[in-house]
Amino acid sequence: MLYFAKWKIGLILSVILAGLVFAFPNVLPSSATDDLPEWLTPVNLGLDLQGGSHLLLEVETDAVIEEQLTNLVETVRARFREARIRYRDLGVEGGSVTVRVPEAEDRDEGESILRDLEPEATTVDREEGRFIVSYTEEALTERRINAVTQSIEIVRRRVDETGTREASIQRQGEERIIVELPGIDDPERVKELIGRTAKLTFHMVDHDADIQEAMRGRVPPGSMLLDAQDETTTQGQPIPYVVQRRVNVSGDRLTDAQPSFQNGQPVVSFRFDAAGARQFGNVTTDNVGRQLAIVLDNKVISAPRINEPIIGGSGVITGQFSVQEAQDLALLLRAGALPAPLTVLEERTVGPGLGADSIEAGALASLLGLVLVVVFMVIAYGLFGVFANIALLANLTILLGALSGLGATLTLPGIAGIVLTVGMAVDANVLIYERIREEIRNGRTVQNAIETGYRSAMVTILDSNVTTLVAAVLLFAFGSGPVKGFAVTLGIGIVTSMFTAIMVNRLMVVTYIRRTRPKTLPI
Amino acid sequence: MFRGIRFVPTDTKIDFIGKRVIAMALSGLLILVSLGSLAVQGLNFGIDFAGGILVEVRTEQQADLAGMRGTLNNLGLGEVSITRLGDSGRDVMIRVPKQPGEEEAQMAALNAVKDALGEGVEYRRTELVGPKVGDELMTDGAMAVGIALLVIAAYIWFRFEWQFAMGALVALMHDIIATIGIFSILQLDFDLTTVAALLTIAGYSINDTVVNYDRVRENLRKYKLLPLPDLINKSLNQVLSRTILTSGTTLLAVLAILIFGGPVLRGFAFALTWGIVIGTWSSIYVGMPILLYTGVRRDTEEEDIPGVNAEQAQPGGEQPESKG
Repeated sequence: MLYFAKWKIGLILSVILAGLVFAFPNVLPSSATDDLPEWLTPVNLGLDLQGGSHLLLEVETDAVIEEQLTNLVETVRARFREARIRYRDLGVEGGSVTVRVPEAEDRDEGESILRDLEPEATTVDREEGRFIVSYTEEALTERRINAVTQSIEIVRRRVDETGTREASIQRQGEERIIVELPGIDDPERVKELIGRTAKLTFHMVDHDADIQEAMRGRVPPGSMLLDAQDETTTQGQPIPYVVQRRVNVSGDRLTDAQPSFQNGQPVVSFRFDAAGARQFGNVTTDNVGRQLAIVLDNKVISAPRINEPIIGGSGVITGQFSVQEAQDLALLLRAGALPAPLTVLEERTVGPGLGADSIEAGALASLLGLVLVVVFMVIAYGLFGVFANIALLANLTILLGALSGLGATLTLPGIAGIVLTVGMAVDANVLIYERIREEIRNGRTVQNAIETGYRSAMVTILDSNVTTLVAAVLLFAFGSGPVKGFAVTLGIGIVTSMFTAIMVNRLMVVTYIRRTRPKTLPI
Repeated sequence: MFRGIRFVPTDTKIDFIGKRVIAMALSGLLILVSLGSLAVQGLNFGIDFAGGILVEVRTEQQADLAGMRGTLNNLGLGEVSITRLGDSGRDVMIRVPKQPGEEEAQMAALNAVKDALGEGVEYRRTELVGPKVGDELMTDGAMAVGIALLVIAAYIWFRFEWQFAMGALVALMHDIIATIGIFSILQLDFDLTTVAALLTIAGYSINDTVVNYDRVRENLRKYKLLPLPDLINKSLNQVLSRTILTSGTTLLAVLAILIFGGPVLRGFAFALTWGIVIGTWSSIYVGMPILLYTGVRRDTEEEDIPGVNAEQAQPGGEQPESKG
């Protein structure tokens, strides 16, 4: 026990050295750290310390499924009309599309049409003259997963467009997205941008429909009643439009959108890809003189009359925009539509002022805690207290180095974790020293007492630390945000403090004993 | 060379076990009062669990609390609580209860508050927790505490005997209930950091309990004829100096957070301070009597832990009774 193999000494010293190297960037001014290699960075500060905004979003994937079913209804309607099959009660019912085919001779053909719609993803049930088309579980799950993946991508593009630096956007669980925006103290604009679906579609206005009838709930099949976004009637009500459900061209065919001006009014100019340009060309050629409704998130932005075919694949969206609104709309169209609406479940924003105050308070508490413990240990154990304190400093260095090197995030509760580690880290040394004192009282020699002291205390140290480690691991698993940060520092702190208390401290004590060969211990 | 000061005399012979009835009555009373307070007034859940909005603002001049109260309570958002923070008179904490309806309703309420406060205030902190997340955080927190208790008990069972595991489990539950209890009695904000504090307390308290148990286990092997109450007393006195020193250093560190760590950490540091005192107490007065009442087996030689020198199981110089 009193002998340290050379390699062991080497190992202990190199761990301390590694700790020093990794902890080093933290004491440099921030201007100097830019020149360091990438693996050598100061510890990440959590949003509660550096200031910033944390948003937890949920993707409403149910909306994706609903939309899918609505589309399926329209496809069935179109196919049945094409095949001249008479049908009734076509609609969505309990998560499936149902349709009744009254004529017995049409039923077989109807069934084969339904089976061909999406053979991989749907199942068709036939009861008498009624068909039920449902998506399979796998197909639904796949669509949900895709919706979340796409949403993450689009949120990232939108956040990037706002010029936010170092934003982090991650999936959490199945349907959630965490957006972290360092340095943002008012996330209003970001929330506004990611809160909009920005689904742009072009529909023909249904000129045959009677608006009054539609408003009483009698909308012709295949059409829908939509409100205008900005245009209002003289009574201040939004102007209603009846438009065909069929989407003539959709916004996902856009390749570019930019804010610009037309006749002094802010507008958004856009350009379609080749397929979009063709579709747009066909629609405008076939419908000269009729109105084309530009629909954004189920609101009609405007419904200009088609004066002549638009062949080039580019156009402008006019509306009652302010300059900012035109800019935002262009940004949203460039970034693409969200497949489903997003809801903000949780928002935590800390301003830079409070963050700086927290760092200051945390630093003061840590320093004070450290000084108190250091003084206390010297009073209690004299020279051996000094050994314990050196081990404690080594512990803090390795802990800081580990946090920096592992890319962990330091939060305010994390700083509390460090302070707590300071208090608890000396426990191992207290255990050992008390044991040594006891062994000396029991009449053992200095060497023997030290040997026995370390050996018997070891079991206790191990048992008591493993149980605390359990608590830290569970905190990490179940905690969120700042609490996770606490778990990380506490967990790493337990490991490093065991190392320094057992190895570093013992190395010092043993070296001291070998050098001075004392007859009595100053403990 | 300078020696350390002995804070605790070396040969204490405190009769811990003899006072166990009084001590257990005290613990029992504490638990009863805690449970009673929980039943009567419950916990004052912070927004992490209750949901709602918390905004901390700094105004340019002295904050006009009455004015703010008037404006914000006219928004129809339920009872908005407005309190001064710190000494500057410019920091104000506004708490808006959870709004009826879904997450959108919460966001709308936050916007209404921001509109009402207008320009000229610095937003130092904004937290909004929707009803969905609040419920989940609560479940997760309860689960973390529950699993921690079980895993810790299982580990003790694995390393010691079932009697020790049971003692540790009861001691831990004692600490958790007493800590939740003090939060209920004082109606302090019970939030996520409080749950973190609970788990830390569990970790700290078990640490203390294990040190005491470890000594009992060792003495059980050493002194085969010593009656259990005397053996427990002996063990507790042997580790008393360590107990006081470790609790002392940890308390010093935690008190530093409590006094200087700023308002955000105050509740957390308070829970830890309380927990360290309670945890140290329960390691002596809850964990030990349970060993006594469940009756620990004494023939544990076959479960000797490697690393513990066989030498220790042999009679020590001044303890003739261990020869038996």
